[in-house]
Amino acid sequence: MRELTPTIGLEVHVQLNTDSKIFCGCPTRFGAQPNSQVCPVCLGMPGVLPVLNRQVLLLGIRTALGLNCSVRDRAVFHRKNYFYPDLPKGYQISQYDLPLGSNGYVEAEGQRVRVHRVHMEEDAGKLVHKPGEQTSLVDLNRAGVPLLEIVSEPDLRDSARAYAYLKTLKGILQYLGVSDCDMEKGSLRCDANVSVSDDPQKLGTKVEIKNLNSFRAVARALDYEIARQREVIAGGGRVAQETRLWDDAAGVTRGMRSKEFAHDYRYFPEPDLPPVVVESAWVAEIRRTLPELPRQRAERLTALGLSEADAAALTAAQGTADYFEAALKASGKGAAAKPIANWILGDLAREVNARGAADVAALGFGPERLVELITLVDSGKISGKMAKELLVECLKSGISPKALVEKKGLSQVTDKSALTAAAEEVIREQAKAVEDYRGGKETTLMFLVGQLMRKTRGAASPAVAQELLKELLAR
Amino acid sequence: MKLPETIAGFQTAYRQKELTPREAVEGVLKRIEAVEPKVQALLWSDPQRLREAARQLEQGGGPTSATPLWGVPLLIKDNICVEGVPTTCASKILAGFKAPYDATVVARLKRAGALLVGMANMDEFAFGSSCEFSAVKPTRNPWDLQRVPGGSSGGSAAAVAARMIPGALGSDTGGSIRQPAAFCGVAGLKPTYGRVSRYGLVAFASSLDQIGPLTREVGDNARLLQVIAGQDPSDATSSDAPVPDYVKGMGRGIQGLRIGIPKEFFSEGLEAEVRTAVERAVEELKKAGAAVQPVCLPHTEYAIPTYYVLAPAEASSNLARFDGVRYGPRAAADSMEAMYLKSREAGFGPEAKRRIILGTFVLSSGYYDAYYGQALKARTLIKRDFDENWERVDALAVPTTPTAAFRLGEKLDDPLTMYLSDILTISVNLAGVPALSVPCGFTGKGLPIGLQLIAAPFAEETLFRIGGAYQERTDWHQKAAPCGN
Amino acid sequence: MAISRDTVDYLGKLSRIALSPEELDKFSPQLDGILRFVEKLKALPVREVPATAHLLKQSAPMREDRARPGFSPDQALQNAPEKEGPFFKVPPVIEAS
Repeated sequence: MRELTPTIGLEVHVQLNTDSKIFCGCPTRFGAQPNSQVCPVCLGMPGVLPVLNRQVLLLGIRTALGLNCSVRDRAVFHRKNYFYPDLPKGYQISQYDLPLGSNGYVEAEGQRVRVHRVHMEEDAGKLVHKPGEQTSLVDLNRAGVPLLEIVSEPDLRDSARAYAYLKTLKGILQYLGVSDCDMEKGSLRCDANVSVSDDPQKLGTKVEIKNLNSFRAVARALDYEIARQREVIAGGGRVAQETRLWDDAAGVTRGMRSKEFAHDYRYFPEPDLPPVVVESAWVAEIRRTLPELPRQRAERLTALGLSEADAAALTAAQGTADYFEAALKASGKGAAAKPIANWILGDLAREVNARGAADVAALGFGPERLVELITLVDSGKISGKMAKELLVECLKSGISPKALVEKKGLSQVTDKSALTAAAEEVIREQAKAVEDYRGGKETTLMFLVGQLMRKTRGAASPAVAQELLKELLAR
Repeated sequence: MKLPETIAGFQTAYRQKELTPREAVEGVLKRIEAVEPKVQALLWSDPQRLREAARQLEQGGGPTSATPLWGVPLLIKDNICVEGVPTTCASKILAGFKAPYDATVVARLKRAGALLVGMANMDEFAFGSSCEFSAVKPTRNPWDLQRVPGGSSGGSAAAVAARMIPGALGSDTGGSIRQPAAFCGVAGLKPTYGRVSRYGLVAFASSLDQIGPLTREVGDNARLLQVIAGQDPSDATSSDAPVPDYVKGMGRGIQGLRIGIPKEFFSEGLEAEVRTAVERAVEELKKAGAAVQPVCLPHTEYAIPTYYVLAPAEASSNLARFDGVRYGPRAAADSMEAMYLKSREAGFGPEAKRRIILGTFVLSSGYYDAYYGQALKARTLIKRDFDENWERVDALAVPTTPTAAFRLGEKLDDPLTMYLSDILTISVNLAGVPALSVPCGFTGKGLPIGLQLIAAPFAEETLFRIGGAYQERTDWHQKAAPCGN
Repeated sequence: MAISRDTVDYLGKLSRIALSPEELDKFSPQLDGILRFVEKLKALPVREVPATAHLLKQSAPMREDRARPGFSPDQALQNAPEKEGPFFKVPPVIEAS
């Protein structure tokens, strides 16, 4: 049998960070008391009507442009009709065959992934199941929160590409300032469509995967599902077209109990919302004021002398790039770019991972403090090794590097006279090593430097220690 | 003093301090007591609340220019939300529902000082032309209690005809203000689509619905429209067209006004007495100075099929929210699906069910293009027919209904028969133009006959001019309905 | 036949109305009659004609992005047939896994 190649398409929903909902003035803040951010409109009371939030259209246009889409000259809404307790009107106001943006693309770590469409719609409320009780609870705070649905073409071939696409997309959306893209808070959601086929001209049966709560889950689910489909076909079976839920704990996708009623959404133009004319002058203005996107920002950083890899890594998340540039600005000199980058991508990144922080900015170690730390090393006040330890202390205590250095009296000793007594002690104690050195074994010097470092508990500047010992031994 | 019978009459009486709101309320309540048992126009009324409202009004001082409807008693159709009041659309599925907000038109009436006397009966969710599809009770025509008042704004029309109140609000999607106005011998206006806010009107067909006034005099109709018309930021389909002074506009007379008579509205189905009355009315308009000419509306025969695809389709979607989750009665069930199925089965009446099924069908996969898609295009042709006429004429004059009021139960067997009687009113909603029905005579059996005037978008002024001129020369509108006496 | 009894049954389920057999018997011929009347529309030569989905020519007015307080949970739940705390209460949805 010929190899079964996967085809993956991703559907991403992002909540826009507007102050109010898409069709009414209710607040959109996360975590409010249930049913306290609702009104007759988003509750679907009899007689209510939707009115479009202009900011939603603006952010939608900005996103479409940021994803290189063509922007339609009118915003046309349709009703998507179905019944569910978290859908108050019994229909969702969405966009059907006339989406706001279409035919776009993103460059995701070397692969151009095409974006099929970007459209606006309203979010549904939340259903909370009460285990053990035969009941569900409905909270409609989220009903009416504005969403953008971003659908990729099926250009992805494996989970790694999918992961890269999602990371890139998230980076762009954050840079555009349209959403905080937080999967934990639900402001970014992803469904995947995957099929396998041995015929390059024909796509296999598509399976939709839902309940993906992180980018990692997306990758794991895709790996599992691709393997599952391959197995089914290898065993002579046929892949069923269905929706499967990802069970993260068990690491498998599961078919849903067959739905009793087929989904016929009966889309028709939303009569309560006449089309909104999207003036080309407005689109041009939004295009002109688009925030710098990750790729452009990375190009600027390489111009400062950073490698492409470092620049890409620094600009992948907006928070990190902002931190970098703030540190650069605080240092006042362009030459600081490389050391700042190294710290961010090295020790700080390690701390971010260890602590599970969102990004470098969330560590509680501001860019000015990084600059302080680097300055302490540059001026020779502390060693590089000491700085690494100091960083951890600063993160734990919340005290600035300078203050901590003073508090602990940690200054690296660079004053030769202060070190002389200790150095002479070392020479006395390490008679054999001294003899070896004087006998021509140059490498023993480093041993003696090490001893001096130990004696001063690391406070000696290695360079100065080495110089001093050389001088004393030469006498 | 004897209670005034018009809005203008109330305004004068209050201005001249011949009447207080509390006296008005007592008068209205007495009148209701006398005729309501026979007419059955009301679904809800709260005398205590009404008396309290009148008392508060008096305490606030007298009428001002900002409160032109100060102390005027009005009825609201039961599908228009009044905060804290049962707003049930005469349906079981909204039994017990108290609206949590005021419709925009209600807020405007309240701001103008009006006294809202109660909620008027209607066909359930406005699906019907007789008020027989009310889940509560049928209303009776004050001219003959064995006959229907028309629908769906039957309660509003009957109450005005029975002189319970001088004015009421109704809603019109395919004729639901004009047809009952014609059957009950009162003036009823369907404004231009977008003239009056729909926020708070429980939607039937969103692209066709409009709220409008029913009164006995055309001048009163203008007075009510004046207060409720105008753009509403809560309704994206309400128009920013400026609101003229409708009452002032009426004084111009109709000398030289051009009136068109479309032959398609005078076909075989029209009853002889109706035809005669309308022809006589047109002669009267000529005498008043209007120039009359024949015109065409060639796509009229497609109006009913177009409407009965578009309206049920939108209705099927608009009524999906009635699911027992957030309001309305709920059937006992073990699962969500069963709850939906049983609650909606128990809550909707037969006509509502028929329209929902029909609407679901024409929107469903595989049928959309042939039915709904086709109907949207047919609508364009029907609208163009009207658009093309406004270059030649200022208004059209036609009958409102093919017959006078029919008997209760007469048309219940076959829904299609009921639908076909909408032939003269429906294309107006499809085109979105304004139309006013005024009484223009009686049949041999003493049943009112309606003359329907149709004008260009936002030309309600023209309708009031013609209607007003007609009422100056005739007195059909002054005859009192017997109410069973 | 423009619409069969089976189709009416299916449409009932799609619109979440549990039509009884008596209703199916009664409504099917009625709906069939209506739809056959409506089929008249198919004769209209409208291929080149644009659809009228909205009557008003004006671009829909929009609102500024300003949050304003809405209902409290009590107000939101005031007409609820069943509630629990600040939630609407409903029977469980039959779901997979």
